[in-house]
Amino acid sequence: MFDYETLKLIWWVLISVLLIGFVITDGFDMGVGTLIPIIGKSDDERRMMINSIAPHWEGNQVWLVLAAGAIFAAWPAVYATAFSGFYVAMMLTLFALFFRPVGFDYRSKIEDPRWRTSWDWAIFTGSTVPPIIFGVAFGNILQGVPFVLDEFLRANYQGGFLDLLNPFSLLVGVFSLCLFVLQGSTWLQMKTEGEVRARARLVTMIVAPIAVLLFAVAGLWLASGIDGYVITSAIDVAGPSNPLLKTVEIQPGAWLANYELYPLTMLAPIVGLLFPLLALLASIFNRSAFAFISSSIAQFGVLLTCGISMFPFILPSSLDPSHSFTVWDATSSEVTLNIMTITAMIFLPLILLYTSWAYFKMFGRIGKSFLDKYRHSAY
Amino acid sequence: MDDLVDLSRFQFAMTAMYHFLFVPLTLGLAWILLIMESLYVMTKKEVYKDMTKFWGKLFAINFALGVTTGLTMEFQFGTNWAYYSHYVGDVFGAPLAIEGMMAFFLESTFVGLFFFGWDRLSKLQHLAATFLVALGSSMSALWILVANAWMQNPVGAEFNYETMRMEMTSFAEVVFNPVAQVKFVHTVASGYVAGAMFVLAISSYYLLKGRDMAFAKRSFAIAAAFGTAGILCTILLGDESGYEVGDVQKAKLAAIESEWETHPAPAAFTMIGIPNQEEQRTDYAVRIPYALGIIATRSLDKEVKGLKELMDVHEVRIRSGMIAYGLLEKLRAGDETPENIKAFEEIKVDLGYGLLVKRYAPDVIDATEQQIQMAVDDSIPRVAPMFWSFRIMVGSGIAMLFIFLFAFYQSACNKIGSNKTFLKICLYSLPLPWIAIEAGWFVAEYGRQPWAIAEILPTHMGISSVSVEQVWFSIISIASFYTVLLVIELFLMFKFARLGPSSLKTGKYHFEQLENQIEPQLEVKQESK
Repeated sequence: MFDYETLKLIWWVLISVLLIGFVITDGFDMGVGTLIPIIGKSDDERRMMINSIAPHWEGNQVWLVLAAGAIFAAWPAVYATAFSGFYVAMMLTLFALFFRPVGFDYRSKIEDPRWRTSWDWAIFTGSTVPPIIFGVAFGNILQGVPFVLDEFLRANYQGGFLDLLNPFSLLVGVFSLCLFVLQGSTWLQMKTEGEVRARARLVTMIVAPIAVLLFAVAGLWLASGIDGYVITSAIDVAGPSNPLLKTVEIQPGAWLANYELYPLTMLAPIVGLLFPLLALLASIFNRSAFAFISSSIAQFGVLLTCGISMFPFILPSSLDPSHSFTVWDATSSEVTLNIMTITAMIFLPLILLYTSWAYFKMFGRIGKSFLDKYRHSAY
Repeated sequence: MDDLVDLSRFQFAMTAMYHFLFVPLTLGLAWILLIMESLYVMTKKEVYKDMTKFWGKLFAINFALGVTTGLTMEFQFGTNWAYYSHYVGDVFGAPLAIEGMMAFFLESTFVGLFFFGWDRLSKLQHLAATFLVALGSSMSALWILVANAWMQNPVGAEFNYETMRMEMTSFAEVVFNPVAQVKFVHTVASGYVAGAMFVLAISSYYLLKGRDMAFAKRSFAIAAAFGTAGILCTILLGDESGYEVGDVQKAKLAAIESEWETHPAPAAFTMIGIPNQEEQRTDYAVRIPYALGIIATRSLDKEVKGLKELMDVHEVRIRSGMIAYGLLEKLRAGDETPENIKAFEEIKVDLGYGLLVKRYAPDVIDATEQQIQMAVDDSIPRVAPMFWSFRIMVGSGIAMLFIFLFAFYQSACNKIGSNKTFLKICLYSLPLPWIAIEAGWFVAEYGRQPWAIAEILPTHMGISSVSVEQVWFSIISIASFYTVLLVIELFLMFKFARLGPSSLKTGKYHFEQLENQIEPQLEVKQESK
């Protein structure tokens, strides 16, 4: 249907879309999860917060599941290398994610305050650890990952868990958490009432400027202190997916090359810098829906910035740059990409359609009256 | 090195079997909820709405853990089976990604509306949401089983030496894999049985206690009918029929039957015996003439291959695979002459067999006769565990068949609850579907050994380059988490199952009636009019 080169590009776009879908939707319910023990002062307030995401978090989480599944199917080598290389980090993410489904579902089934408080902290952990680790992971990928491929294309990762925790990646980790909290706090402004809403507004007003600051610092750091990767040989963009057929060099400032080449892409970081401020402004004027939309657009801008900086690289190798995975040589075969493209073209619009319908049906704020009515059936 | 393989296998087996404690109940209960809610929409009787909501509560407790443990499965291919993921991701990953787009999204989005949309949706809209949850969960099973069936019988793909991996040649072949079809029906139907047994057993408990009779009888009847259909499908469309395609499936069948020799058709079925791997025979075998031939090949004239003959075939293919491996090394080294390519393409189907030797001789081509023989001995699964777990599965299945038939008969004659002993049998049979299902998966996956992907990638090749300590770390952590979660889940499950529909706080059911000092029998009399 499409030629191989186009398919490879399509899947870079689609995986970006899935990741953006994840940070926008699962982003707000994770943000809410982080805020539960912080701004939910009473059991009723915490229940309001949980019930504002109750009908949606399950579907939201599928963006993450699908993003991982799509990386497996479209970039199998990347999935294999990243998941096994970041073994401990991935396991910690997984354990944190364990807490959420059970936490949401079991928390309100027993009245005992100790039971509920324990689950609140479980949900907090499950919602706070993943964004930090995702940030740390992106921070490391931007600096290059220490892996090499042997003659059978088996990836050998030669770093440890503690190496992942370097200053730059920790900065990106904190930044990522801020973005999720921003997303959660604007959601709560839009979906709750009274005290919770007021506190969520305050959180937005604190976190939004921090997010902008961290994004700017990370950007400057990337431009000045972190070397990028450049393909120095010819590469057959429609050729077989074998990452050993090219040569790559590390060059200072290379992560900015795409912005010089295509100035229009500068819009992505600009959006990432501007929209958290718009969310702040909207919160000041109590425009909560506008704040949430601005925050969502900010997520979009930030992730796109990360993708564009590295394009066409997906997983650069710091040990042997020529072994780096790129959009052109780490994908699945043409047949597979074609099949999946057709499936995505049919089902992604459907997903957006019924997801919107579900949000539309559950429209409205969750307040005290909701809890009084559904005390026994709600989360 | 072997240690790492065993640990990785152990972790995978542990997490997969644990995951499948929750999946079957989701599969079955979702449709039972749909039946109950359909009855509510058609008859407008509140009791059916209460039934949907109450069993939905138990569904939710189970569903949460199904989702939780499913995440592990998705992570684990990458974390612990990285070379596997690289080697077959092109084929194996696609059904998983499609599952996400087509099924899991549907299920997860509408499950939210199922729980929280009762007052937000019209009756029909809510019914549609319930339907989409049930449809989504079964479709999800379809795609997962397409992926799994490809591991058992890898069709529609071939090895590409340029990318050093399997690549898809025909998506249609992958989807319409005969193993996938039988597996889908068998697995999904067994899930329906689990759902039905769950409702049947807990309803029997209420009937035994004489509580909420109208509610319990209706639940019992629905479970009896649904379970009867489910168990008939599971047994009649048992996936033994998928065991005649593909070499590994054949070895599995022979191992299940502890059939060492190839007998003239139609083969006898070894009902019971003691498999003896060292001597390659079955001691004290009791055989039923013709039965295996009929079960396995659905005919009287096709023979079932014995393990010894299969091993002879394996030896030939291992030797050919070693040559293929040598040619592949030449091609990888850049010696891409047309002759080499042609020679490799001709025998590359045996490459996987060559890789079996890699466990004993890392360079493969220089393997000694003794090493080859070790690989040949490895090329069939251990017989005794296969033989016994298969019989546990079949035994549980037949027991459930009788239970459901009798329960169905009772419902049809309006005699539900008339026989206390039978109610007790129903209650204590609750674990049967899980025993059968876990045993069945054990047969399917353990029986696939030594392969990760049948005839293509040996299990020992599939692992990640991680350290033994790392895998110990994950095994211990996961096992601890899972134990705690299981305790909590069972605690809630028992609490709410004991509480019954009173947990809905509608004021209509047993415990609330007691509180209000109203004769509990009153409700039953009213309902039975």
